[in-house]
Amino acid sequence: MSRSLAFVLNVPETPQDPEDQEPSPYDESEVHDSFHQLIREQSRWVAEEGLELQHRALGAGALGASGSDRQALLGPEGAPVYSTATLRILASMPSRTIGRSRGAIISQYYSRTVRLRRRAGRPQLRDVGRSARPSLRLYDLELDPAVLEEDEKQGLLVKELQGLTVAQRDHMLRGMPLSLAEKRCLREESRPPRGKRRARGHGLLSCCSRLRESCILASHNLGLVLLSGLQALMPWHYALKRIGGQFGSSVLSYFLFLKTLLAFNTLLLLPLLAFIVAVQAAFPPAPSGSAPAFRGLELLTGGGCFTHTVMYYGYYSNATLNQPCASPLDGGQCTPEAGGLPYNMPLAYLFTVGVAFFITCITLVYSMSRSFGESYRVGSTSGVHAITVFCSWDYKVTQKWASRLQHDNIRTQLKELLAEGQLRQRPRRACGRLQQGAVLGLVWLLCLGTTLVCSLAVYTFSELVIQSRVSAEQDGALLALPLVVCLLNLGAPYLFRVLAVLERHDSPVLEVYVAICRNLILKVVILGILCYHWLGRRVGTLKDQCWEDFVGQELYRLMVMDFIFTLLDTLLGELVWRLISEKRSQRKGKPEFDIAGNVLELIYGQTLTWLGVLFSPLLPAMQIIKLLFLFYVKKTSLMANCQAPRRPWKASHMSTVFISLLCFPSFLGAAVFLCYAIWQVKPSSICGPFRTLDTMYEAGKVWVRHLEEAGPGVSWLPWIHRYLVESAFPIYLASALLLAVIYLNIQVVKGQRKVICLLKEQLSNEGEDKIFLINKLQRVYERKERSRVGRTEEAVMPPAVFTDDWDAQ
Amino acid sequence: MGNKQTVFTHEQLEAYQDNPFRQRIAQVFSEDGDGHMTLDNFLDMFSVMSEMAPRDLKAYYAFKIYDFNNDDYICVWDLEQTVTKLTRGELSAEEVSLVCEKVLDEADGDHDGRLSLEDFQNMILRAPDFLSTFHIRI
Repeated sequence: MSRSLAFVLNVPETPQDPEDQEPSPYDESEVHDSFHQLIREQSRWVAEEGLELQHRALGAGALGASGSDRQALLGPEGAPVYSTATLRILASMPSRTIGRSRGAIISQYYSRTVRLRRRAGRPQLRDVGRSARPSLRLYDLELDPAVLEEDEKQGLLVKELQGLTVAQRDHMLRGMPLSLAEKRCLREESRPPRGKRRARGHGLLSCCSRLRESCILASHNLGLVLLSGLQALMPWHYALKRIGGQFGSSVLSYFLFLKTLLAFNTLLLLPLLAFIVAVQAAFPPAPSGSAPAFRGLELLTGGGCFTHTVMYYGYYSNATLNQPCASPLDGGQCTPEAGGLPYNMPLAYLFTVGVAFFITCITLVYSMSRSFGESYRVGSTSGVHAITVFCSWDYKVTQKWASRLQHDNIRTQLKELLAEGQLRQRPRRACGRLQQGAVLGLVWLLCLGTTLVCSLAVYTFSELVIQSRVSAEQDGALLALPLVVCLLNLGAPYLFRVLAVLERHDSPVLEVYVAICRNLILKVVILGILCYHWLGRRVGTLKDQCWEDFVGQELYRLMVMDFIFTLLDTLLGELVWRLISEKRSQRKGKPEFDIAGNVLELIYGQTLTWLGVLFSPLLPAMQIIKLLFLFYVKKTSLMANCQAPRRPWKASHMSTVFISLLCFPSFLGAAVFLCYAIWQVKPSSICGPFRTLDTMYEAGKVWVRHLEEAGPGVSWLPWIHRYLVESAFPIYLASALLLAVIYLNIQVVKGQRKVICLLKEQLSNEGEDKIFLINKLQRVYERKERSRVGRTEEAVMPPAVFTDDWDAQ
Repeated sequence: MGNKQTVFTHEQLEAYQDNPFRQRIAQVFSEDGDGHMTLDNFLDMFSVMSEMAPRDLKAYYAFKIYDFNNDDYICVWDLEQTVTKLTRGELSAEEVSLVCEKVLDEADGDHDGRLSLEDFQNMILRAPDFLSTFHIRI
């Protein structure tokens, strides 16, 4: 406090010539050009500010009076005109200078770099909102121009930057609000100078270091070239830009999700291709009978001439491939390869599918947690007005009509928020709430009833198909079940939408969540029944045939039917609706692009792929082809027929929701199905890599037994298998640890919330202190002014006056 | 920085003509604050509005864009200008002032009747959509 008082005392006052003011208390001659004009204007405004503050005060003062207990800067008594000296002090407050002074920015980043280098103290509360004000430590650096010029400040910053690692330095430079040319300058200066090294070392050492540096530089440049090449290779870059420009971030999130799914499928396909498909294709088993001719129907049913190919499980051999003939293989040919590696096919099949799923699981969980971390914050539900005003304009949008739509959307959103606020102030009547609750309950009952009816229909139809004993030759009839499933999947969501018109939700976002929930329940139940049908019933009825091939073909058929019905839905739902609505109403009433419905369709298709990977290793390839087609079809339909949704759409929240849905019901369900199929179901005895075993998992057990017999050299592997994989204790332990970690994290978050509340209170108290001090300062200067006017001929002793004034208060 | 190879006036930025803040963007990123951008200023603008720019940097420039009178605070007048430009003047004056009051209630941490840069940054932290909306795709 004494420090600031000393500062106050040192300010010279020249009230007699208000026009001839220096721009600010410290020299700004070396500032960045872009602030030059601003500073000149600012100095003019400092003099005129009294007048402006008066204007604004009449508005803000009224606002301040109407606000509850907010001490407006300008006080409830009206608009005080601040004296020139007070205004000059206000203009030089640290919070003011950050906007216009390059020196202030450099000082701030100097202090941050120092902190980073020394890593002083405990880690902060998770990088929350680093303050933009120069820290109090640099108070003298900041406001005492005689001590440090700006060049010296820059030199200090460069020195500190040199002490950081390259990655930290780049991160620091990227965050600085300076122009690109200055950042380039700083980066050049903070690179370790090569001249010094050359002077110091001779001979081999300097040669090596020079070589090393040039290698590093060359690899860095190569990396940059590759990165820019990769950017050019990125699929659909321009298409996504057009979609974002015309429809905004919300519709773009669907196409980005499609791209993500493509990446997941590629990740799944690569190990399968490398370790299963390619190897088996290189060592084909003996052909059993003649292959049927290709009819067009195979593309739909997946049977016929596709049955005995690498596409399905039944093709894969159950023996060790490429082995020198020690024993005659049944049905296999003896092809000794000199120097070839024996390849245990059943083990490879089991392990590859397991590892591919594991990698997919890790990637999914990682991307879900990262998305969650970015989009959810403590206390993020409050402040919805501020967020709407500042964060809702999408700068990507470039078309005139699209930006007009955005204007309309934002206006509607603001009106809805205001209405909601007024509604909350008025307590709703009890019978109104009861009525709404009853309607909600009724609609939910109807939707769940519809789901039940659909699932019963699927179950009955599947039983019918089993009893009618459709054989594998009558391929066309096998399409009946997928047809029924797809029809129900298409029709029921429209019914849900119609029913949802009855209920009236308070918030439009809740409507979207409820619709997603209902569609999800329907799809999960139908898929559950189909899984029971395959693993529970089909295994029994196809006892002496290859039931795995059949299940693989069923999933192929479902996928193809799903694709055809999606195309139909796009055609009917979007194109025809647009034509009808254009004919009916003269103005353009294009249908909205239903983001949630389309994303759920994508998730459903991906679930089918994951369910079928075990029985048809090439299914991810089909899914990739399907997704590629779907992108172009949806994009064309979107451009021609649709408009962006009118409701507010929090793109990042919804992306998190989508990827969580992909992880939890979808991937988890497929993993459970896979585990059940591997652990519990007896594989068929005439085809596939597990034909002689009781369960698929036994292949691993057989291998472990071989290892045990092999000798004590690899005895740790059977030990791991017996005590960590087979027994249940490690799983219990891991679950208990996980629960403990989750509980601790919850407690930490609770504690952080409390700290945030305390800090908010402290901030508000500091604000009140600041206003109090400014008002006191103003009164001091006013009194001085009055006393000066009264005693013009006497020399005034500033400290005496001050002590008098301060004592008087 | 004397290499002014080309100068763009804000009328020439065709593609972004319908952004309600186009003049403010040009003023903030231009050297002399009057909307005439050199190539370096143009690069600065795209660098800040790109995907890779950190959140604090974007928040800093967004704050400068929404600060219409360049006094390093977003006061009520600035807010009213912002809301009017966002809605193309289709909200009534009473609604605009109500919205501004609610915004100040929510975001003003030190209760001085206007938003400082820290208030703005704290509010941006709670809005995960900011990074995807304050973004121009090249």
